[in-house]
Amino acid sequence: MNKESPAPILDRPNSYVGRTLSRDAAKRAVAGRGRYTDDINPARTLHAAFVRSPYGHAKILSVDVEEAKQQPGVALVMTGAELAEMCTGPWVGTLTCFDGMKSAPQYPMAVDRACWQGEPLVMVVASSRAAAEDAAEFVMIEYEELPVVIDKETALDPDTPAIHPDLGDNLAFEKTIETGDVDKAVAEADIVIEDTFTFGRHTAVSLEPRALLAEYDPGTERLTIHTSSQCPHMVQAVFARTLGLPEHNVRIVAPDVGGSFGLKIHTFGDEIATIAASVKLARPVKFIADRLESFATDIHARENRVRGRIAVTKDGKITSMDIDIRSGAGAYSQYPRTSVFEANQILNITGGPYAHENYRASTQVVYLNKVPTSQYRAVGHPIGNSVGESLVDQAAAACGIDPMEFRRRNVMHDDSYPRIGAAGIEMRDMSHQQCLETLVERMNYDALREEQEEFRKKGVQRGIGIAAFIKGTAPGPSGYYGAGGAPIATQDACTVKLEPAGGVICMVGVTDQGQGVDTVMGQITAATLGVPIESVRVIEGDTDAVPYGGGTYASRATAIGGEATYQAALKLRAEILEIAGVLLQAAPETLDIVEGHVVDKGDTVSRISLAEIGRIGHFQVFELPNHVQPTLSATHRFRLRDALYIFTNGIQGAYVEVDIDTGFLKLLNHWVVEDCGRVINPQLADEQVRGGCVQGLGGALYEECVYDAAGQLQNATLADYLTPMAGEMPDIEVAHIQTHTGVSELGAKGVGESGTGAAPAVVMNAVNDALRPFGGKISSQPMSPETILKALGKV
Amino acid sequence: MKAPKFNYVKAESRSHALQLLDELGEDGRIIAGGQSLMPTLNMRLSQPDTLIDINKIPDLGGITLDGNIVRIGALTRHVEVANSPVVAEHLPLIAEAMPHVAHHAVRNRGTIGGSVALADPAAEMPACVLALGGTMVVESVNGSREIAAEDYFHGLYETARETNELLVELRIPAKKTGDISVFMELAQRHGDYAMAGLACVARINGNAFEGLRLVYFGSEDKPTLASKAVSAVIGQAWSEECKEAATKALEDDLDPMANLQGSSAMKLHLQKVLTGRALDTAIERAEAA
Ligand SMILES: Cc1cc2nc3c(=O)[nH]c(=O)nc-3n(C[C@H](O)[C@H](O)[C@H](O)COP(=O)(O)OP(=O)(O)OC[C@H]3O[C@@H](n4cnc5c(N)ncnc54)[C@H](O)[C@@H]3O)c2cc1C
Repeated sequence: MNKESPAPILDRPNSYVGRTLSRDAAKRAVAGRGRYTDDINPARTLHAAFVRSPYGHAKILSVDVEEAKQQPGVALVMTGAELAEMCTGPWVGTLTCFDGMKSAPQYPMAVDRACWQGEPLVMVVASSRAAAEDAAEFVMIEYEELPVVIDKETALDPDTPAIHPDLGDNLAFEKTIETGDVDKAVAEADIVIEDTFTFGRHTAVSLEPRALLAEYDPGTERLTIHTSSQCPHMVQAVFARTLGLPEHNVRIVAPDVGGSFGLKIHTFGDEIATIAASVKLARPVKFIADRLESFATDIHARENRVRGRIAVTKDGKITSMDIDIRSGAGAYSQYPRTSVFEANQILNITGGPYAHENYRASTQVVYLNKVPTSQYRAVGHPIGNSVGESLVDQAAAACGIDPMEFRRRNVMHDDSYPRIGAAGIEMRDMSHQQCLETLVERMNYDALREEQEEFRKKGVQRGIGIAAFIKGTAPGPSGYYGAGGAPIATQDACTVKLEPAGGVICMVGVTDQGQGVDTVMGQITAATLGVPIESVRVIEGDTDAVPYGGGTYASRATAIGGEATYQAALKLRAEILEIAGVLLQAAPETLDIVEGHVVDKGDTVSRISLAEIGRIGHFQVFELPNHVQPTLSATHRFRLRDALYIFTNGIQGAYVEVDIDTGFLKLLNHWVVEDCGRVINPQLADEQVRGGCVQGLGGALYEECVYDAAGQLQNATLADYLTPMAGEMPDIEVAHIQTHTGVSELGAKGVGESGTGAAPAVVMNAVNDALRPFGGKISSQPMSPETILKALGKV
Repeated sequence: MKAPKFNYVKAESRSHALQLLDELGEDGRIIAGGQSLMPTLNMRLSQPDTLIDINKIPDLGGITLDGNIVRIGALTRHVEVANSPVVAEHLPLIAEAMPHVAHHAVRNRGTIGGSVALADPAAEMPACVLALGGTMVVESVNGSREIAAEDYFHGLYETARETNELLVELRIPAKKTGDISVFMELAQRHGDYAMAGLACVARINGNAFEGLRLVYFGSEDKPTLASKAVSAVIGQAWSEECKEAATKALEDDLDPMANLQGSSAMKLHLQKVLTGRALDTAIERAEAA
């Protein structure tokens, strides 16, 4: 494994790092004692409801709010035009790092034209949500329907109208990358496989919907916003800048957050409107999206068509891959993170596990009259992996080589790093070979193939799928957000403090949404400092308390925030030992901290407790010589240096049974072997992978936001938009290979999205493995029973 | 979404409820388990003036065997039906169907009367009641009447019940010795409304069907008795050819409605597959009996 650990302190016996510890936050959530934004009810709180566009595209001819204003309990009715006047200007969802990208100016609520069904038009603020909804029915709006652009394939045709005439056409962004010489590789290949893949639109469906409570205090001109967010500092900047308020006067608190999956790294117009209402009325105003609003206004994702091609030699060596992506965005590029990351990620990661040197990827992202799209768990990876891994399977079949063996011959070698991947991005500290061999063992691959054959003889059609993957985690500062002009930190920070009674406060910029980020930071702090875990309190999600940071997104919390925490704890540890050295008349290097006590190195007998050091350091400072000025607090900030991402890798396996008469699937088993570097808390890491897989399987099998030709979302309820449920999910066996990343001393990479990224690919490959004897093949998701029956030629 | 304002009256007795129904006409709406009604209220898809709560009416629930008829009160919760020994013994079709109705939480509140009154075309209970040849007892201030299942289900959420009538009871013939029943449905996730489904009651002699009722749900606008498919099977020795003939004939019995879950062609295909499987199962069950 690893040569010399750069963080030996974490590898000591009984370290809290590498151990499963239970989460306090889980205990309270399970007991129903969570405190989410909607649980916070200051006196005199008002509630916002929105009149939303019933059309996919319509000119707003007139808005009459007079009758609505007269309704019982109504405190404010605000139109899009009125809100626009309170804003510093429209949003434009472009980033300078995306060359040539364009997007139309967008106001938080539409001013004269609605561009998607569900776009907010008028806000009604009243004594209760019900009263606000009642009054909203009295808002009279005259519309003139405009033609909609719904089909991404025809969105760029000359006779398709431009949704935003000022942009000239519906093209948001295009990009092509090429390494090596694809045309030559294709011309010289023994076998070339081509296929076209389509992916339906998804949305995140967090259990707790978007939620915001704004409280403006006209005395201090301070604004306190409780909101279900992953990125408090980012939303602070966006909210403050949009409404022209000083950023330091805006406090963002993210209390318990009930799931997020990328949805809650975004800002939405209805949230700006709610805040504006609080400023205007000087009263608390709350907006809680209901499920219908969630479907019709939360960001969507994944709508892509990808043409792919793979070239191989007949002995099974991949020589090139090339893909062409048509990505369907919404009516605007989502501000400030844009709607083009997904296509860009597909382009970055397709075929990423393999050693071929010729790769071309091009993408066009087009505007549609639908909900804006943006980052959702494992951005682009489910698509890139499904495309790449299906092509690999098809190539293996064409070569007559077992798909596991085919991958064995093509993955990058574990001893070949650092190296540049086919998409031109640096890869380091990866373990495709080790992961693959571990999967072979875990699946009992050869025996499983035999079992599959036995079942076939009995008329039972089972399929085995494999999907290798890479996953971009923990983005660095050079690539995107900050560099592209968005107020989003790619660094993150931690402040660790020793309190007088020996307790330790750890304040982090990264945030928890139920995955256990707080627990993990506590473990790192306790292990590094040498204190019992019970004495550490982690504080996150409050811009008044924690150091500035990017928050949690892109599997960065442990990789970036974890290293900051580790280094901050090391600094505090050094200070404690220095003070102890003075008090004990010992050289600090001869001392150690174990279970909250300073001891002589190698010994366990307490020489002085941290509580005593805390007491002296805070209250009895006169006991220390003048040159010792204890701060008992340390801050560290960490960011990647040159790397674009910390790439992780892994491989998944799936075993499924297909009822070829009904097209119904049974998911029998699922395996994941992945390499997230150092595992801090094995159970939390496992459950991230499992939950991630389930989310990926949901997308692959059930989920799709269906629009009709008029731009009406057809299935905006949980009865019609099917999410995965436990009953249908397979057991998911997880194993970790731990190749520590060299970019930090902690060595942790991201883990939260690895399940989601490859689960759709592996289950599609498994289904196609089952269908192969019947000549059927699926290249579109979700794979509904009808899709499967069609592939079999039965309907 | 929040429901618009409505009035709420708790009916103290059957006659109270009937009185209210008569007075309020279209403006009144019965609430039983609320599992179907509440979402439509919250989404403002229906805006009744007054809800008439029948949950506290004492004599509207319960399951009894009365001669060769099983009587199920309209307010009987799905969970009570699912756990009832009377149902298990005398209405095995319904016992087999019940686990497919929604999830535990919904079954704890939802009522069999609510299911039958609502007449969702993909619901299990209406199909079972029709397959078993049951009748619905409805009551108004003018008295009560009994409607055969064949005459009761009119179409998409439409039934023979008048707006001033309360559904009070289902009367379902108990299983006779030798009756075989089979219930099958296809739903992508357990507890979802069916994509296609079939309730089947048969009398089997050796390898042949002597009597057969096939009721399809989830594909038509109401639970639908198939006659052509049945004719293709009755009196024939059950065989692959017979199965083929039955599924072919089903094309004349059904004309499935497409929805988000699938096209008309797929639904027909699934109903055909279920037909073959259900009849195979019926023969197996007859052999085992
Ligand atoms: C998540 C979910 C999943 C579900 N899945 C299924 C499923 O798979 N299969 C299925 O069959 N159902 C399903 N249901 C519906 C459930 O079974 C309902 O409980 C049932 O359809 C209605 O029963 P209720 O008592 O709740 O009726 P309510 O919701 O109270 O009423 C429904 C309608 O019937 C009328 N009504 C009720 N009782 C009477 C009466 N005695 N006389 C006259 N009119 C009356 C009401 O006025 C109303 O119009 C599901 C519901 C949910 C929420």
